[in-house]
Amino acid sequence: MDILPILSTLRRHKVTAFLVILEIALTCAIVCNAVFLIIQRVDRIHMPSGVAEHELVQIQLADTGAKADEYARAQEDLAALRQIPGVTQVASVRQVPFGMSSNNAGIRLDPDQNKPTLDAATYFGENVIDAFGTRLVAGRNLRPDDYRRLDMVAEGVRTKNLKLFPNTVVITRAVGERLWPGQDPLGRTLYLGKAPLQVVGVLAELVRPQIEDDSAALFSLVIPIQLGGGQYVIRSAPGDRERVLKAALEKLRQNDPHRIVVQKRTMDELRESFFQNDRAMAGLLIGVCVALLVVTALGIVGLGSFWVAQRRRMIGVRRALGATRHDILHYFQTENFLLATIGIAFGMVLAYGINLFLMLHYELPRLPAVYFPIGAVVLWLIGQIAVLGPALRAAAVPPVVATRSV
Amino acid sequence: MLAYYLGLALHSLKQNRVLTALMVLAMGLGIGASMTTLTVFHLLSGDPLPGRSGQLFYPQLDPTPTAAAVLPGNMNYIDAVNLWQAKRADRQAIMVGGNIKTKAAQTGARPMSLHTLATTADFFPMFGVRFTQGNAWTPADDLAKARVAVISRSASNRLFHGESGLGQNIRLGQWDFRVVGVIDDWRPTPHFYELDRESYGGGDEVFIPFLTSRDLAKLGVTGYSLNCYGNTTDDLHLENQPCLWLSFWVELDNSAKAQAYRQFLDNYAREQQVLGRYAQAGPPRTALPDVMQWLDQNGVVPSDVSLKTWIALGFLLVCLMNTTGLLLVKFLRRTTEISVRRALGASRQQIFMQCLVEAVIVGMAGGALGLLLALAGLWGIRHTPADYADLAHLDLPMFAATFVISLAVSLVAGLLPAWRACHIAPALQLKVI
Repeated sequence: MDILPILSTLRRHKVTAFLVILEIALTCAIVCNAVFLIIQRVDRIHMPSGVAEHELVQIQLADTGAKADEYARAQEDLAALRQIPGVTQVASVRQVPFGMSSNNAGIRLDPDQNKPTLDAATYFGENVIDAFGTRLVAGRNLRPDDYRRLDMVAEGVRTKNLKLFPNTVVITRAVGERLWPGQDPLGRTLYLGKAPLQVVGVLAELVRPQIEDDSAALFSLVIPIQLGGGQYVIRSAPGDRERVLKAALEKLRQNDPHRIVVQKRTMDELRESFFQNDRAMAGLLIGVCVALLVVTALGIVGLGSFWVAQRRRMIGVRRALGATRHDILHYFQTENFLLATIGIAFGMVLAYGINLFLMLHYELPRLPAVYFPIGAVVLWLIGQIAVLGPALRAAAVPPVVATRSV
Repeated sequence: MLAYYLGLALHSLKQNRVLTALMVLAMGLGIGASMTTLTVFHLLSGDPLPGRSGQLFYPQLDPTPTAAAVLPGNMNYIDAVNLWQAKRADRQAIMVGGNIKTKAAQTGARPMSLHTLATTADFFPMFGVRFTQGNAWTPADDLAKARVAVISRSASNRLFHGESGLGQNIRLGQWDFRVVGVIDDWRPTPHFYELDRESYGGGDEVFIPFLTSRDLAKLGVTGYSLNCYGNTTDDLHLENQPCLWLSFWVELDNSAKAQAYRQFLDNYAREQQVLGRYAQAGPPRTALPDVMQWLDQNGVVPSDVSLKTWIALGFLLVCLMNTTGLLLVKFLRRTTEISVRRALGASRQQIFMQCLVEAVIVGMAGGALGLLLALAGLWGIRHTPADYADLAHLDLPMFAATFVISLAVSLVAGLLPAWRACHIAPALQLKVI
């Protein structure tokens, strides 16, 4: 196909051709960045939690009257929950992954250090590791003799008596890598305030309840502190969860009717509500991308139709001089391809610029190069699809048009 | 003349229905998408108390040992109570919230967890809270640590099943409070006076005197963020702890008073340095932002929303170019008609006007379609679970803005095509006929 005649035609329609190019360029730039944002959101929505998400339910209770002996009641609750058929693990907890409310602590490598080295979520409670179903990759699980009661620990905080604190901790791999890069964290000591904790186990992953910085999402500790109940995590086969939840609520009501249920939900629901804003944003961006591509396609259709109508005589003459329908079709397709290519080239530069702006103002990473060819292919395709209608109409112009005066 | 142009424009638009439909659709999509996101932006960055927010200020002090880049967002007990008792502003109130189990005091009532705000008497007149029944408690109640409460209408309905709660007792934790006032449901957006809770969440439902809440420390109204800068010994009795957990707002009716208050804050901070309560030496670190500055300082508009607004504007730009292209095509297609009109005596200016009128008609039709799409878009947002979802409505200013933007876009889009159209040389075109 000869490109020169197309170029010379386009030169006579500078303004319209320029508008099409500009529109394609802008669309290309916006779509590249929007798709990048969508992929990031989708990645975030699928962030690993490290727990057996499809098997867990969370129940949170609150007392309405005077409290009974919390610790005894917690043991009763746990025993009762364990008896429910289908329940494989039970734990008393203070917070759950993606639960939004979180206890965090500054971790120091030296008790006299001024600023903590990192901030991590602190999971308390018995049997947390087994109940969550997180994978221990090194060391051992926490043992009953590691545990201290929360009220004793609080007493220790008040009286500054370090003996009342637990001595051991299980950390995630991410914490280990940050504290001691490239070294084995097992057996090492970290400090919570002044309290030393020895690392006895390492978990593959355990996500925090509340994530402010995605790079710190897996910074969690499991500290052997026994809780006075109030919040439980129950593990069962995925299909049993509904039934187990009902039975558990009944058992807990029997144990102490003076409590209200503040929270009852599956881990899947937790994840769902945790990422709701990301999902809404991804949905909106997808909508905008589709609409943008449709608008651009409509523009190409409109302009294509105009050019075809304007060049009816020229097409007729060419047909009369021996050009096949195929040649005419090709002519318009090539013309569109040319415009799209120029537009895409500008679009890439623009996309890069927009990305720089977003990096500056929204702390987004750099746009990976792979988006450029994908964006190009998408716009080429859209252009070809949009121009097909007008081009076919052009190809259908009979040669006899050339003989008519107007 | 305008009527004639309108007639001509409609005639020309009717002649080429497909192209017209394309233009209206493109404009509509652009306007619709941008208005949806702009409405959300407008709503979220809006003034929570229009007309009042310029007189409300948030004093900031820094009692911490190390100077962080930003001043602390909360106060400790001693500073808040000192400033409150100094009464140097027209009005001042301490506030701190918490989720507290609440029920009607009679036996058998169902408990529920309600957003409770412990504050002082000036809170209500300062923020212009409207009462439907009863009144706020008095400053004397504050000092007497009275067990009184103000509740919102919806809390009253839920606690007392639609009956009036005024004069009744409610039980917070294990203590009874007498309801002295019921306020109209009040939900300033964003929730500016306590940003630690979700910025766009629901309003507060129960209000109790701050000193009473301290008297009943076990009630646990200690805010949603407790930030301690020293060694703590107790997490319920926070009076003497080096912890930042209270919000303190003042009303200052004019800028001279604001200036004077700023001076007062500096003097206060210096005094505390002398007393040895503030460890940092050097000039006092204080600030006195008003409501909008305070929101801005805290970056309250979610960055997602401003990102969406950028995308919407980009989209609008693409639609603008699209419409320009299509209008250009449309006018250039009518060169013969335009040449005839020019030959018959129409001036360039008249042709220009005629083309612009046509562009504006397309713009208005696109705007109307865009409005429908924006309504649909906002409906969609109301059905997402985002915490500001139920606020997404098109208010009157945004409704008007839709048409202003469509008008502006169509005029801008029409300029180039109209200019090109009025510069067609009639002689050349007429020769062809």
